[in-house]
Amino acid sequence: MTFGEVTLYLLDGFKLTCLLFALTLVLALPLGLIIAFCSMSKFKPLSSVTKVVVWIVRGIPLMLQIFIIYYVPGFLGYNVFAKVDSYFFSTVGLVDAGRFVSVTIAFAINYACYFSEIFRGGIQSIPKGQSEAAQVLGMKKSEIFFKVILLQVIKNIIPPMSNEVITLVKDTALSRVVLVVELIKKAELLMTQALIWPLFYSGVFYLIFVGLLTILFNYLERKLSYFKV
Amino acid sequence: MAFLEVKNFYKSFGDTKVLKGVDFDLEKGQVLVLIGSSGSGKTTLLRCLNFLETPDVGTITLNEEVLFDADKLTGAKGTKMKRDSDEDIRKKRLRFGMVFQSFNLFPQYNVLRNVTLAMDLRAKEKLVKPKLFAKVEEKKAYKKALETIYQENKEKALELIEKVGLSEKINNYPCELSGGQCQRVAIARALALNPDILCFDEPTSALDPELTGEVLKVIKGLKSADSTMIVVTHEMEFARSVADKVIFMADGIIEEEGTPEEVFGNPKSLKTQAFLQKSNEGI
Ligand SMILES: Nc1ncnc2c1ncn2[C@@H]1O[C@H](COP(=O)(O)OP(=O)(O)O)[C@@H](O)[C@H]1O
Ligand SMILES: [Mg+2]
Repeated sequence: MTFGEVTLYLLDGFKLTCLLFALTLVLALPLGLIIAFCSMSKFKPLSSVTKVVVWIVRGIPLMLQIFIIYYVPGFLGYNVFAKVDSYFFSTVGLVDAGRFVSVTIAFAINYACYFSEIFRGGIQSIPKGQSEAAQVLGMKKSEIFFKVILLQVIKNIIPPMSNEVITLVKDTALSRVVLVVELIKKAELLMTQALIWPLFYSGVFYLIFVGLLTILFNYLERKLSYFKV
Repeated sequence: MAFLEVKNFYKSFGDTKVLKGVDFDLEKGQVLVLIGSSGSGKTTLLRCLNFLETPDVGTITLNEEVLFDADKLTGAKGTKMKRDSDEDIRKKRLRFGMVFQSFNLFPQYNVLRNVTLAMDLRAKEKLVKPKLFAKVEEKKAYKKALETIYQENKEKALELIEKVGLSEKINNYPCELSGGQCQRVAIARALALNPDILCFDEPTSALDPELTGEVLKVIKGLKSADSTMIVVTHEMEFARSVADKVIFMADGIIEEEGTPEEVFGNPKSLKTQAFLQKSNEGI
């Protein structure tokens, strides 16, 4: 295989990597915010349960969670992912969609829990005086959050979030444990043809991706440097 | 009946009794100055008026309207009555304004936006928003009305900012201002919502000494027949010159109250005398 052919072949796996990355963010960001609010709730049972869930999810290896989400429904006699498989196969001719869906769910839950802790820290780091000043000005709770607190929180959490998001890029490789053919798995398949260099070459894709994200986060940081929290 | 009547305020935090029966009233257009050593409950009193704390016992009556009645929360003899909803409290809060010791400006907005933000939000609330599938003309009219109101708000804000002497800084962000300038913006922001009573909680305590003058001057300049204010301060000279009425608080009760001449010139209580003595020595 030529270099160009290998590149195209790997890009095919990289597509799945990117899709998993994007879907995880789209799902985990709002879910993380909801979890953050639950863990800060004044209603004790809710905040306690949430904290236990976050502890479990952050305490178990993501790889294990991927296995659990993929296999447990089957053990319980309700193999949803097989149904997803056959649905996608019969409608759009896609193979193995169930694996991908299960991995996406595992990633979304796992990252939502990490994000929720970052959000919680970010929200609690905003001085109480901010929401009190807004309250005294007659603002509603939603207005206080969206018009006063949120941007300050975003500014505060950019550094930890950029860490987490960059980690996510590389964690996507874990999806191979349930045979999602993402970038590294794809490269590994070439080893059967006695090609080892593509495996190392796959690192370049991650490097470029992470490089772009770093530029994006630096840009956001600069954009928000006009004020101090 | 006085414009503002505060009756029988009690407030504890856990086992700490902070307010132990505070009663006072205030006429419209008057300035009440609250003095007292730190920990005597002055901040807690202002926070209760602004509904940031809920008194355990007591009532607030403003312009003959009962704004708060602790009995209605717990109910006399344990008969629970309906609590005020968040929405009710929010509306009542608008009757009072608050200027905090630490300014609490919104850092991400410039001076002008700090003043207009709440005004614009409240104005928007009053307009009826057209439905998603409303006629285009209806939507246009709504947008036009909003823009007109925002423009009016902006003009009002500019006036207020001029009043506090910061017209040159309307586009600056709080981090680019001195403490004194921040506090003056905070005053303009509080005035923007036309509160019936404006409260100041040690507005100059967080400032360098050379910056207190500009803030006190602004507050003094607000004194007029239709602005009613409650000011907590340790600036005795200022208190004496601005107050119509002075209250000295000690240990959660009103130890002494009267005109500035009475309280500063001829204090009756020993505690007041000791406090004034100490603050004189402090100068
Ligand atoms: N949220 C709170 N929780 C517990 N104690 C409080 C709280 N707020 C105030 N206190 C206590 O109430 C007392 C009076 O406080 P404060 O009203 O701030 O007095 P002042 O403003 O006159 O200095 C202090 O002893 C303070 O520690
Ligand atoms: Mg205080």
